[in-house]
Amino acid sequence: MKEKHLKVWFIKSAAALAVATAFGLPLALQAATPKDTLVVAWSIDDMITMDPGETFEISTGEIMGNSYDRLIRFDVNDPSKLVGDLAKSWAVSSDGKTYTFELKPGLKFASGNPLSAEDVVFSLQRAVLLDKAPAFILTQFGFTKDNVKDKIKQTGPLTLSLETDKSYAPSFVYNCLTANVAAIIDKKLVLSKEVNGDLGYAWLKTNYAGSGPLKLREWRANEIVALERNDNYYGEKSKLARVIYRHVKEAATQRLLLEKGDADIARNLSPQDLAALASNKDIKSTSTPKGTVYYFGLNQKNPNLAKPEVREAMKWLVDYAAIGDTLIKNIGVVHQNFLPIGLLGASTVNPYKLDVDKAKALLAKAGLPNGFKVTLDMRTVQPVQGISEAFQQTAKRAGIEIEILPGDGKQTLTKYRARTHDIYVGQWGADYWDPHTNADTFVRNPDNSDSAKSKPLAWRNAWDIPELTKKADAAVLERDAKKRKTMYEEMQADFRKSSPFVMLYQQTEVAAMRSDVQGLKLGPTSDTTYMFKVSK
Amino acid sequence: MAISRFLLAIALTYLGLLAVTFFIGRVIPIDPVLAIVGDHAPEHVIARVREEMGLNKPLWQQFWIYLSKVVHGDFGTSVLTSNPVLQDIQRAFPATIELATLGILIGAGLGVPLGVWAAVRRGGLVDQAVRVMGLIGYSVPIFWLGLMGLVLFYAKLGWISGPGRIDISYEYTLTRVSGFVLLDAARAGQWDAFANALSHLILPASLLGYFSLAYISRMTRSFMLNELAQEYVVAARAKGLSEMRIIWRHALRNAAVPLVTVVTLSYAGLLEGSVLTETVFAWPGLGLYITNSLQNADMNAVLGGTIVVGSVFIGLNLLSDLLYQLLDPRTRSR
Repeated sequence: MKEKHLKVWFIKSAAALAVATAFGLPLALQAATPKDTLVVAWSIDDMITMDPGETFEISTGEIMGNSYDRLIRFDVNDPSKLVGDLAKSWAVSSDGKTYTFELKPGLKFASGNPLSAEDVVFSLQRAVLLDKAPAFILTQFGFTKDNVKDKIKQTGPLTLSLETDKSYAPSFVYNCLTANVAAIIDKKLVLSKEVNGDLGYAWLKTNYAGSGPLKLREWRANEIVALERNDNYYGEKSKLARVIYRHVKEAATQRLLLEKGDADIARNLSPQDLAALASNKDIKSTSTPKGTVYYFGLNQKNPNLAKPEVREAMKWLVDYAAIGDTLIKNIGVVHQNFLPIGLLGASTVNPYKLDVDKAKALLAKAGLPNGFKVTLDMRTVQPVQGISEAFQQTAKRAGIEIEILPGDGKQTLTKYRARTHDIYVGQWGADYWDPHTNADTFVRNPDNSDSAKSKPLAWRNAWDIPELTKKADAAVLERDAKKRKTMYEEMQADFRKSSPFVMLYQQTEVAAMRSDVQGLKLGPTSDTTYMFKVSK
Repeated sequence: MAISRFLLAIALTYLGLLAVTFFIGRVIPIDPVLAIVGDHAPEHVIARVREEMGLNKPLWQQFWIYLSKVVHGDFGTSVLTSNPVLQDIQRAFPATIELATLGILIGAGLGVPLGVWAAVRRGGLVDQAVRVMGLIGYSVPIFWLGLMGLVLFYAKLGWISGPGRIDISYEYTLTRVSGFVLLDAARAGQWDAFANALSHLILPASLLGYFSLAYISRMTRSFMLNELAQEYVVAARAKGLSEMRIIWRHALRNAAVPLVTVVTLSYAGLLEGSVLTETVFAWPGLGLYITNSLQNADMNAVLGGTIVVGSVFIGLNLLSDLLYQLLDPRTRSR
């Protein structure tokens, strides 16, 4: 009796559950994204602001590149060439200090406001006055809060001039003006939102005032960024009406969305995912070398690591070939220079390979025939983790005991910036498309004291290099492009031999996409991946 | 008198919670300035931002400033999202509530009857099944189970919608008012959007439900075994009451008192947000929000999240106390 009752009850509940599940059935059948909308699955939790005067992150770089214009851009197909964006023409004076620009006529912002030289001057001055993280890209030409109103001037409705403090290599100045921080914003709109003289800073953090081919419709942090076609754009209009970036942190989830057609493009797939998708007819991929290099930084405050022979020995203890074939397959290429390929003067010489005997001999010469103990601060993300563990194994063969200290990204970085590490696995992305961006940090260290004003990577590893610093300073003033290139090649040769940086690889960015997606080309910098050229 | 003592206790709980979180947040070896300016900013910018954030002031002073703002309802701005923390939480928390509520409905709705049956038919098939489910629930990582669920029900069978709260095509046709997608869709009468949101919700909710089911059914089983061994059950049987009546009306009624605590605590646990589930399902909930903030030492956001989680626990504790009084007459006289 009791059993029967229980059974009936359970059958009833099971039936109810089945109905509930079946309710969900027909709902999921229509997959695929809308025809006029591009859906991009991407990990975008690094986004903290939408103000071009402040953005410095990879994901926001791309948003800015698509939604804001600048005076000039570099040609994505040949980054050594410049193309006019808002500027019709540009020139530099014979003394190399005054740059003049003339804008294209009839330009408009997405808001409908006309775009004139006044907006350009305001935007560049504003970036200097706000002095946020990326402002140094402009202030390195001698602009300060006090002088910027005189140095960046409007000279006519469509003309303006910039006056630098020294006679820099023109390519250096122009390259810096292609950066996000030099993006042009709608003066009238931004100033109408100004609070307590903040130049619209509080408002623009989450809003939009640009003129680019796509305009920002909405940013819901850690969830979604929606861009829409800007019909006021001066050039060829965006092919798609909408581009939606969805924050999807997990690579495996991105892959599922892509396979099902709920995302058109997936941006953070792992080498394993990419290999598995290679045989899928509905999916294709594109890749491009990025301006980001990975390295081990050897702190020169550690007496063992400070010995020149030990520095060199470390470079012979990395199994570059194995790492290239496995851990970074499809997502990077072995690269032993501080300038990523694509930048002026970047060297492709990679002299080091795994050679334990050579390393042992060098260690013996350094008076450490039995090796030594050392720690390595590692972020627990791939492929950094795999590379560190591989290095731990190969170094052990020469008697070097590496203790790996795993940590979270910001945590290990905090330690690195205080230069209290022994070895740190670092990555560095170019801030703007000019060789000085990396020379400035890898081979420049004007003051190695603890209280130094500037703390580049060379400082973080306590590498005192007055000679190289002078060379780096001279290279930005060399106006002959050929000579300038030679100078960077020389610095890299010197760096390969003596530096406390074991350069590992240059990142390759890969995007996998549905086969109907056309025209996606990943740019060498984050702000040159143009979604407005994509169609499907 | 009792009420004022109660309020004082709550105030002290919040104060303690905030103090502990605040000071732990300040001793973790992560520089909060990094989240704002990044790794490439020049030193003078870093120094200025540090000053602007008040990080150069003594710790107790920073805490005092924070507290006095909170008392006035200002929870500060998240440095990661550039939004007021309250606004962020109003967005993230409903996503978690939707997930947790459906999860606990599934967990308790199935877990209690299963536990009852397991106790009644001890050693039987259901009892064994409950034990195995419990074991899997405790030992299999939710992350893995979530991915497998997606692969099977979303990718292979196509029964449900994938990660995220709603399809992109509904993203800009549905007006978000409350932050609860289901509520907003129902209120607007957009039943296709409602169904779509539900098909997104069902798998992660079932997954969370499964994990609470594993716990709730085990606890129900042991409470019921305890009750069924009591003398009043023997007396009821002797009186000739039906077995159904004895189990559901008498034994379960008494087992319900401790069960209420188990269920409310499970619910509270789900409301904290499940970081792993939210990661796999790209669910913009509270768990991800707090974790991401913590990893970047975005302390305003972490503290705001802590207050929400604390409130959930205090609120649900209160609720379970009230339910106690309702279910157990003995507690009323006290």
